[in-house]
Amino acid sequence: MFEATVQNRRNRKVEGLFRLLFLWMTCMLILPVALILGVLVYRGGPAISWEFLFTQPLNNMTAGGILPALVGTVWLVVVALIASVPVGVAAALYLSEYAPDNRLTRAINLAIINLAGVPSIVHALFGLGAFVIFFRFGTSILAASLTLAVMTLPVVIVATRESLQTVPLAFREACWNMGATRWQTIRKIVLPNAISGILTGVILEVSRTSGETAPIMFTGAAFFLPFLPQGVLDQTMAMSLHLFVISTQVPDVPEHMPFGVALVLISMVLAMNGISIAFRVYLRGRKKW
Amino acid sequence: MVSVPVQAGETAAYAIEVEDLAIGYHGKPALSGVTLQVPTNEIFGIIGPANSGKTSFLRAINRMDLMTAGMEVSGSVLVEGRDVRSWRNPYALRQRIGVVFPLPVGLPLSIYDNVALSSRLRGTRKKAELDVIVERCLRRAALWDEVKDRLDSLGSLLSGGQQQRLTIARALSQDPSILLLDEFSIAVDPVTTMRIEEVLSDLKSEMTIVLVTNLVQQAHRLASRTAFFLTGELVEVTETEAMFHGGAQDPRTTAYVEGKFG
Repeated sequence: MFEATVQNRRNRKVEGLFRLLFLWMTCMLILPVALILGVLVYRGGPAISWEFLFTQPLNNMTAGGILPALVGTVWLVVVALIASVPVGVAAALYLSEYAPDNRLTRAINLAIINLAGVPSIVHALFGLGAFVIFFRFGTSILAASLTLAVMTLPVVIVATRESLQTVPLAFREACWNMGATRWQTIRKIVLPNAISGILTGVILEVSRTSGETAPIMFTGAAFFLPFLPQGVLDQTMAMSLHLFVISTQVPDVPEHMPFGVALVLISMVLAMNGISIAFRVYLRGRKKW
Repeated sequence: MVSVPVQAGETAAYAIEVEDLAIGYHGKPALSGVTLQVPTNEIFGIIGPANSGKTSFLRAINRMDLMTAGMEVSGSVLVEGRDVRSWRNPYALRQRIGVVFPLPVGLPLSIYDNVALSSRLRGTRKKAELDVIVERCLRRAALWDEVKDRLDSLGSLLSGGQQQRLTIARALSQDPSILLLDEFSIAVDPVTTMRIEEVLSDLKSEMTIVLVTNLVQQAHRLASRTAFFLTGELVEVTETEAMFHGGAQDPRTTAYVEGKFG
């Protein structure tokens, strides 16, 4: 017959305590998320209607809908994606598949990590100086989207590099040994098996971009502009800035409106994240090795 | 050693000639002072315990040092009479040399695409041509009968032994003049090992095979001559029959093939 020693009993007790502690911390984490969502749905829910989504703001933004902001955010995100994804994926391919492990590569990697840490307001000022003034794009969707693209580039690079690195080295070596060039190996083996992971990263970037306010404030987003943008050189309204404006800058906005805007914005982000999670599940399901 | 580059139509006496080869990784030596010749169209065995430099030796032959960070090679390696470093296009060199790894690598492609890959990389697009190549290579690797009805299923999901034969079929699809095998039987059952060994014996008439093996009896069964590598040095190269019957030049070789260490 085995008897639990004093040490055994103490270990078991400590194990239980730590389990409780970690569970408690996890609950603390979920609480604010649940509260945010709950408050938004409760207070913003009544504001949501087809009319709210698809009409112009009226009466100095105290009535009417959010259509220009909604369309503007889509414009900003799409143009930012077009600018950042090719550059980010190409840079990640270079760093992951071609770059020798030398001082320059390490410096570039360091730069990427630091770029990710630059505050968004600094990106905003950079965008103002570089795109609005120096390149003479003016305050426009183009300037704002390029600012967003620069800001999210590190995210795309890191996500792409990570999904490239999930493809085993043995596959690459097998191809190289057959006489395949690095590019042939990337095209035939590495990219087809990393593409879903790359897409996941891109979608996460989209959700991040759609919520940014500071970088677009000086570079392309308008306070109030009751027209839909016609091209990338137009200014536009955006959801995030609109939320800021009607919450703080405009008097007599009905209380449910800012909550409604926030709810639409967060729904967009969550829908994107949902798609990204679905992608990942799909990817796990058809893993080929 | 002076070598005359081989003219078209002429067969070199030696498929591979290595002189004073030394290999290191990030300045740490892995293999040094290797001089040997591999005669054309024979199976050349390489035996030796782990970490004796056998795999590094193979990697130097097809210039994988170009793809490996920190790998340094000195000395000369001649393939069919020509220094591998004089090939301006190392990809063309690698196409002539098939490689089989210790752990089978079924690429995450269909069985068909695995075997057709090399031809496609070289620009063959015609389905009929590819069909012929795929069937011929799978037959020669003794895998055709098991997979002919499911060529569209994933190569990476075959069993270990089947994947290793798939790897061999893929190597054969390069139409190589040299086949390098690196401990191919490490993850393969004995029956499959015997089948692959029969395949290799047949292939000998068409190509030169370098067989690195951790099974000394496999070298005994297949190789005409065998090299013994130990801790980064070449101990000796001897006729296999002699090596296994007391004719080794070095007592360490005799001890190793008799199973006294390693």
